[in-house]
Amino acid sequence: MKTTSVSCLSKLRSGMTAGLAAFGLAFSGSALADSGPVKVGLMLPYTGTFAQLGEAITNGIQMAIEENGGRLGGREVEIVTVDDESDPSRATQNAQRLISGERVDFLIGTVHSGVATAMVRVAREEGVPTIIPNAGFDAATGALCAPNIFRTSFSSWQTAYPMGKAAYERGYERMVTLAWRYAFGQESVAGFKQGFEEAGGEIIREIYVPFPDVEFQAQLAEIASLRPDAVFSFFAGGGAVQYVRDYAAAGLNETIPLTGSGFLTDGTLHAQGEAAEGVLTTLHYSTQLDNEHNQRFVQAYEEKFDMAADIYAVQGYDTGILLVRAMEAVNGDTSDRDALLQAMREVEFPDSPRGPWQFSRAQHPIQNIYLREVQNGQNVVIDIAAEALEDPARGCNM
Amino acid sequence: MDLSLFLIQTLNGVQYGLLLFLIASGLTLIFGIMHIINLAHGALYMVGAYLAFWLTSLVGNLFLAIILALPIALMMGILIERFLIRHLYARAHLDQVLLTFGLILIFNALQSIIWGNDVHSVPVPEWLNHSVALTDNLRYPVYRLFISGVCITIAIGMYLLIQRTRLGMIVRAGADDREMVRSLGVNINRVYTLVFAAGTALAAFAGMIASPVSSVYPGMGESVLILAFVVVVIGGIGSIKGAFLGALLVGLTATWGTVLAPNFASAAVYALMAIVLLFKPRGLFA
Amino acid sequence: MLDIPKSIRILLLLLTVLLACYPLWGEFFFGDRYEYYLQKLTFMMLLAILALSLDWLVGITGMVSIAQAAFFGVAGYTLVMLTPEFAAANVWVVLPAALVMAALAALVIGLLVIRTHGIFFIMATIAFSQMLYYLFHDAPFFGGSDGIYMFFRPEVSIGGVQLLNLEDRQTRFFIALVSLVAIYLLLRVMLRAPFGRVLRGIKENETRMRALGYNPLFYKLAAFVIAGTIAGYAGFLYTVQDAFVDPSAVSWTLSAHALVMVILGGLGTLFGPVLGAFAFEWLHYGFSNVTRHWELPLGIVVILMVLLLPRGIAGLLLDLSNRIPERKPDPAPAQGKGAAEAKPPIRETTKEARP
Repeated sequence: MKTTSVSCLSKLRSGMTAGLAAFGLAFSGSALADSGPVKVGLMLPYTGTFAQLGEAITNGIQMAIEENGGRLGGREVEIVTVDDESDPSRATQNAQRLISGERVDFLIGTVHSGVATAMVRVAREEGVPTIIPNAGFDAATGALCAPNIFRTSFSSWQTAYPMGKAAYERGYERMVTLAWRYAFGQESVAGFKQGFEEAGGEIIREIYVPFPDVEFQAQLAEIASLRPDAVFSFFAGGGAVQYVRDYAAAGLNETIPLTGSGFLTDGTLHAQGEAAEGVLTTLHYSTQLDNEHNQRFVQAYEEKFDMAADIYAVQGYDTGILLVRAMEAVNGDTSDRDALLQAMREVEFPDSPRGPWQFSRAQHPIQNIYLREVQNGQNVVIDIAAEALEDPARGCNM
Repeated sequence: MDLSLFLIQTLNGVQYGLLLFLIASGLTLIFGIMHIINLAHGALYMVGAYLAFWLTSLVGNLFLAIILALPIALMMGILIERFLIRHLYARAHLDQVLLTFGLILIFNALQSIIWGNDVHSVPVPEWLNHSVALTDNLRYPVYRLFISGVCITIAIGMYLLIQRTRLGMIVRAGADDREMVRSLGVNINRVYTLVFAAGTALAAFAGMIASPVSSVYPGMGESVLILAFVVVVIGGIGSIKGAFLGALLVGLTATWGTVLAPNFASAAVYALMAIVLLFKPRGLFA
Repeated sequence: MLDIPKSIRILLLLLTVLLACYPLWGEFFFGDRYEYYLQKLTFMMLLAILALSLDWLVGITGMVSIAQAAFFGVAGYTLVMLTPEFAAANVWVVLPAALVMAALAALVIGLLVIRTHGIFFIMATIAFSQMLYYLFHDAPFFGGSDGIYMFFRPEVSIGGVQLLNLEDRQTRFFIALVSLVAIYLLLRVMLRAPFGRVLRGIKENETRMRALGYNPLFYKLAAFVIAGTIAGYAGFLYTVQDAFVDPSAVSWTLSAHALVMVILGGLGTLFGPVLGAFAFEWLHYGFSNVTRHWELPLGIVVILMVLLLPRGIAGLLLDLSNRIPERKPDPAPAQGKGAAEAKPPIRETTKEARP
C-alpha cells in the first residue's frame, strides 16, 4: 500500500515538475558536457497549413538517425521540437528558443520561407550549424549564404528553371505563367522564365493570384482567351489541389497543357485525382524514381509511419543522413565548430532516394532535376530535365 | 477584351459573390440579431468542410453527408450558445470577441487531432459532375451553377423567414428590444439559441457545399472570416438584402480586380470597403 | 480607472523591480535558458507596449481598432528601409523617421475612419491595415512576402561616442524595460490630465462632450495618433530586436492578438493589458512546450478566463486588493499577501494555467 502511494506521489511530483519546467519555472539542470546527448533542434510547422510538411520532415530525420543505430557519432540524440506556426513574427523567438534556450548542437528548419529568412538571420549571428530541410527561397544559399547555413532541399530557381527548356523542347513557344503573388511563386516564375526564354520561348503574360486565395475562375477565363501553347504554374498544398481540379473542370487541360514546378502535384495527387493526369512538372524527386535506394526508402517509410513517403520525407531523411555522416566524421565532437562545419560540407549522398547529390560551394544540393508526368495517379519520371544542376547562388561570396 | 470574356468574368464574379453571401449569411444573422462578433465563424466553415469530407468518404455521397452533418452543426451551435455565449449577454461585447477567439483555437486543434493535417478534396456528386461549354476552349462546371442556385434559394428563404413570418418578427423584435419580447411572453433565450444554432449551421453548410470547389485543408477558415465580415459591413448590418448585394459587389470587385488591375487585386476588396465606409459610414443598405 | 489601489501599485512596483533584476537572479534560476528568457522577456515587454497603446484606444477612448499592428509594422519597415546594407543606421535619424511615419500613417488612417462607429470602425481599421499589408506583401521593393532584414542594428552615439550598444541583448532588455515603464507612466499622467478627462468623457457620452463645447472628432483623432505613435515605437524596438521585418508585422492577426491581450488583461486599466501581454505570451509558450496541440489548452484557458474573470486579470487583482483594507487592524497578513503576489508575471500566468 505504502509503496504504491509513494510511487503515485512521486509520479505526481515528477509530472508537476515537468509541467512547471514547461512554463520555465523549474530549476534547470547544469550545462551539458560535450559527452552528453547531441541536441538536435527542429523548428518546423506542426499546426496550420504546413503542418503535414513539418510532420513528414520530422519523420524523415528520425528514420535516418534510427536506421544508423539511433546515435550520432556515438552519442545519444535528443530531439527538441518547436512549432514555428509558419509565423514570421515569432520566427526570431523560436530560433532563439532552440539556440540559446535549448543550446542545440544543430538547428533544423523550416518550411515557410519568411520564417526561414528570420531564422537564417539569427543562425548567422549565432553561428550554430543550421540545416534548411525545405524552404526554397533563393537567398538562403544566395545573398544570405554563410559557412554554417546548409540546405538539403531545393531552391525556387532550381525546381523551375529546367522546366523552361523541357517545355520548349516539347514544342511550346508561347506560354502563360500563373502563380500566387508571394516570394516563392514569383521566384519560381522568374526561374522558369529564364530557362524558357534562353531556350527561345516567349512568355505572353505573367498572371498572379492573391496569396493564399483558392478562387481561380477569373484567371482560367483569361488563360482560355489568351490561348497559349501551355501554362506554367506554381501552387502548393490546398491551392495546388484546387487549381489542378479547377483547371481540368474548365476543360483547359484538353487544349492547353499544364506544367509546373513539382509541388503542383507532390503530396496532393490523392486529392487531385484524375484532374492531374498528364500534368508535367520538374522536381528533384519522385516516389516513382527507379533506383534501389528509393524503393527501399519508400517501402520502409510506409511501414514505419503508415503513410506514403513524399518529397518532404526525403528532404528530412537526407537531413538526418547529413547529421549521421558529419557526426561520424568528427567522432561526435561538436566542440570544434569549424571542423564540424567542414565535415558537413564534405558529406556526400551517393545513396539518396532522390539520386546522388552533393553540396555546392554555397552549401546547396547539386542534384538532378527530373521531368515528371502524372500517369495513373503517380508522378512518373519520364526524363532527367537537368543533370547535377547547381543553383547559381546569386549574391553569395563564399 | 471581347464581349464573351467580359460576360464570362461577370459570371465568375457573380458566382463568387453568391458563394460569399452563403458564407456571410450566418454571420450577418448572428451579428444583426444577437450583436455578437463571432470570430469563430471561419472555423465553423472549416469544420463544415471537414465534416463533408469525412462523411462523404464514409457514405460515398456529398448530399447524404450534408444531411448527416447538419444536425451535428446545429447541435454544436446549441451547445456553444447554451454553455458559453449565454453567460456573456450581460457583458461587454469584447468579452464575446475573446470567447470566440478561444473557440477558433479549440476548433483548429480538434481539426488537427481528429482529421490530421493533410489536404483533401471532396468529389462532386456524379449527376452534377458535368460542365457546359462557354467558348470553344473553356467550360463551366455545372456544380458551380448549382451552388449559385442554392445560395439564391437560401437568400430568398432567409428574407421571407425574417420579413414575413411570426418567428421572423419575434427575432427582429429581439434584436431591437429584448425586454419587449420578453413581456410578450416569448422565451427570448430560446430565440437566441435558435438564432445562434442557425448561424452556426449556415457557416458549416457553406463549408460543406463549397468543399468541392475550395478543397479541404487546415486554416481554410481564416481567409474566409475577414471576407465574410467585409461583406456584412459593406451591405449594412443585419440586413439580408444588404449582405446579398454586398456579397455580389465584393465578388465582382475581386474578380474584375484580378483582371483589370492585377497588381492591386489583393487590396481591391478592402479598398472597396474603405470607400463605402467613407461615404456611407453605416454600410450601403443600413 | 483613474486611481489604482495602493496594494496593486506596490505589486506592480515589485514586479518591475523583479523584472529589472532578472540579470541578477535569472542565471541562477534558469541556468542555460537564461539568455533565451532574457530575449523572450524583451519580446514580451515590447508586445506589452503594443497592448498598452491599444488599451489607450479601446479601454480609455472606446475605439476598438484592429489597425494597431499597421503602425507597428510601418515603423519597423521604415527602420529597415533606411538602414544601409553594410553599415549601421544612425538611431537619431531612423528613430524619429520611424515615429513620424507611424504617426503619419495613424493620422491619415485616423482621418478616414474617425467618423465611423462600433463595428464599422473596427472594419474600417481592418480595411486600411489590410491595404497596407498588401502594399508591403506585394511590392518587391519592400522585400515581398518573405520580409527583409538588416545586417546591423542602429548605432546609438553622440559625437562619435557610443552611448548604447544595441547589438547587446542585455542592453536591449533594459531599453525595453525602461520604455515600458516610461510609456506606462506617461499614459497614466495623460489620463489624469485634462486631455485624458475629455477622452474618458467621450467614451462615456460623446453627445454630452460635444454639448460641453469639445470637438470629439479632434480628441479621438489625437488619441488615435498618439496610440499609433506608441505602437510605432514598439514596432521600432521589435524590429531592432528581430533585425528583420516582414508583412506579418502589419497583419490584422497581430492586431487581433494585441486586442486579445488587452481584453485578457482588463480593459481600460493600462496595467491590466501589460499583464495580459505577459500572460498570453507565456501561456502560449508553455503549452507549445508541452504538446503539438497547444491550441487546445490555450483555447480552453482563454475561454475559462473570459467566463470566470469578467474584467480580466486586472479585475481579479482589483477584487483581491479590495479585500485588503478590511483586515487593516492586522497589517502583517496584508503585507504577506503583497509579497506572495510579488512574483514575476510568469507566475501570474501559471496560476491561470493550472485551473
